[in-house]
Amino acid sequence: MKKHNPLVISLIAVVIGLLFAFGLVAITGRNPFDLLTALVRSMTGFNMQKPDAGINPMFVLNWFKYSVPMILTGLSVAFAYRTGLFNIGGEGQFIVGGTAAAFVALCVDLPPIIHPIACLLAAAAAGAVWGFLPGLLKAYRGINEVVICIMLNYSAMYICNMLTRGLLPIDPNTNARTISIPDSAVLKQVTTATASQFNWGFLAAIVGLVIFWFIIEKTTFGFSLKATGFNKEAARFAGMKVERNIILSMMISGAFCGVAGALLVLGEYKYGRIYTGFDNYGFDGISIALVGAANAVGVFFAGMLFSLLKSASGNLQIFQIPSEIAELVQAIIIYLVAIQYAIILVLDKIDFKGFKKKREPKSIEGGDA
Amino acid sequence: MKKVLKMALASLMAVTTLTACSQPAEEENPGTETPTEEKISIGFVTDMGGINDHSFNETSYKGIQEYAAEAGLVEGTDYSYLQSDSETDYMPNLSTYAEEGVDLIAAAGFLFADAITEAAQAYPDQKMLIIDVDSLDPEMTPNVQQAVFAEHEGSYLVGVVAGLRAKNEGYDAVGFVMGQESVTMEKFWAGYQQGVWSVYPECQIYYDNANNFAAPEVGKSLAGKQYNSGAYIIFHAAGATGNGVISEAQERAMNGEDVWVIGVDTDQYAQGYVDEAQTKSIILTSMMKRVDTASYNAAKAVADGTFEGGVVRYTLADNGVGLPEENPNLTEEELAAVEEATQKIVSGEVVVSETAVNNDLTIGD
Repeated sequence: MKKHNPLVISLIAVVIGLLFAFGLVAITGRNPFDLLTALVRSMTGFNMQKPDAGINPMFVLNWFKYSVPMILTGLSVAFAYRTGLFNIGGEGQFIVGGTAAAFVALCVDLPPIIHPIACLLAAAAAGAVWGFLPGLLKAYRGINEVVICIMLNYSAMYICNMLTRGLLPIDPNTNARTISIPDSAVLKQVTTATASQFNWGFLAAIVGLVIFWFIIEKTTFGFSLKATGFNKEAARFAGMKVERNIILSMMISGAFCGVAGALLVLGEYKYGRIYTGFDNYGFDGISIALVGAANAVGVFFAGMLFSLLKSASGNLQIFQIPSEIAELVQAIIIYLVAIQYAIILVLDKIDFKGFKKKREPKSIEGGDA
Repeated sequence: MKKVLKMALASLMAVTTLTACSQPAEEENPGTETPTEEKISIGFVTDMGGINDHSFNETSYKGIQEYAAEAGLVEGTDYSYLQSDSETDYMPNLSTYAEEGVDLIAAAGFLFADAITEAAQAYPDQKMLIIDVDSLDPEMTPNVQQAVFAEHEGSYLVGVVAGLRAKNEGYDAVGFVMGQESVTMEKFWAGYQQGVWSVYPECQIYYDNANNFAAPEVGKSLAGKQYNSGAYIIFHAAGATGNGVISEAQERAMNGEDVWVIGVDTDQYAQGYVDEAQTKSIILTSMMKRVDTASYNAAKAVADGTFEGGVVRYTLADNGVGLPEENPNLTEEELAAVEEATQKIVSGEVVVSETAVNNDLTIGD
């Protein structure tokens, strides 16, 4: 079995997933061209069925808007994964990040630009604390981080709701959120030309991508994290501080999710949230890290793809295609990536046949595989 | 490797070119036009509960469907809905409809307040209807109609029913399950309390907040908790979460327990059958909140050209809230008590407060 680039496998999974979606739409008696139109419109703002309307940039910006938190949560899961950890606690870290940002936004008075940055730093710190707990228990007590993370998701939601209701000023009109955060803390829209809430928070995703790439690929710390991920005992034998690596990895992972949660509070909600459930960005991060093969470039593209499917939901429904199709495509892609050995086997077989064809044309047996 | 990618690309192209040719012809619907009214298009944006929540979203959309049936509008092309999976979808969904140029955008729920304000500023000419919000600044949102309901008045009536039934059957407690703490939801809780205590002052009322409108499993466990603690009747004001309350009561009723649920928003009687012959339902009655009237009226007003922004109130006096017309599970005495309470509220003899008087009657949390 040859070594295949994991991103190529993801790409094949994506193509098969999309083909499946087109097939399914056709089978259920809808028009696959509508599906294509919806996807193209979400991606480019161009409506192929109304070419005269021109390009509507709002749809593109909405796609970007969805991509920012998804890339960050994808980076979060990918970072922990490189150290051999499974951070399923993204939801909790996301919530504590959002809450920390709301606290700094509402309780601290700072000038514009500095204010949102302070909020984001607080969010990163809060997310890091929420990653620290499972990291600590994993490193020194060997407790499975998955179980701790899942429990901490709920703990985060209820503790944050309690703190928000108890300490922050609640909006009297709805009694279901805090008052609006001051203008100085709001992440402004990049352009007010469209109604899209795409805001300057996207810079945080770019910084996140660079930090991820730099730590993992360019530093000794990153190398020792990866070594811990490959083989903990070998890393320990080589003199690496395995426990420290596990804790730091979970903290950095948590910080990414914390920032993602804060971006939504500062740029889209513009008030402190009282959470009634999970936003699923943390869980989306798991699929994105998986499809993106847990590296910075892969996570970027996987994040863009999954956010496109999310932002296409509205357009799909406009063109009378159930938005569940988008979720179905995601699910198929994840399944295919998860069973990537099946794809590798098929790839090997095809390459092998081609090889045979060239060298030994006579030995090919009849019938197609 | 390259070969595989080429094959995949080629097949993708083949699919898309093939499908490009297979667009169906536009459906024509002659003979259904109404001459007096302009044919309009309507977009409805749901909240997280979804369009089939048997409650708030479904009823609001039903009003649009009713209007559409009268005006000959076609679902999909003339009117449709967009599902929101989280609050981050509100603004994109609202602006998708605005970009589509629909004549009226409707959204149900106080959670939409911020998104609607933002959308109203981005699209100042777009007519919008928001249900359950009356706090928007009319200066900033001149084209937004804010429809609110006197939930406390309707809840008072079902409170009277619950109190009377519990008293006559010798039980000392009833329950209430709420979807989320908010100003609107408190009106349900407040009215229910006052109604129960107006006929049965010693009655204990259990209170639980599911903190979620879309979690039937939470509703089910809260209902179980309240029934175990001795609640005889539970009034749920929890959207899709309340479906869990109903299924818990159904299971108990099938096991011979004597329990009841009071439905919300729509007449939920048909949801509560406990036998296959559909003769017995555990839905005692329902607190009807005629959100369908609000969306129907708004759609009609847009077509007539009489649509106006600002707050519109629907009360017990104009049938905005109340009990269903048919109540097979209610006795003559209960119906008479409801009728009496209705008259007192409409005449102003009884003023139902919007503020809950006592939040200490909680169990568990």
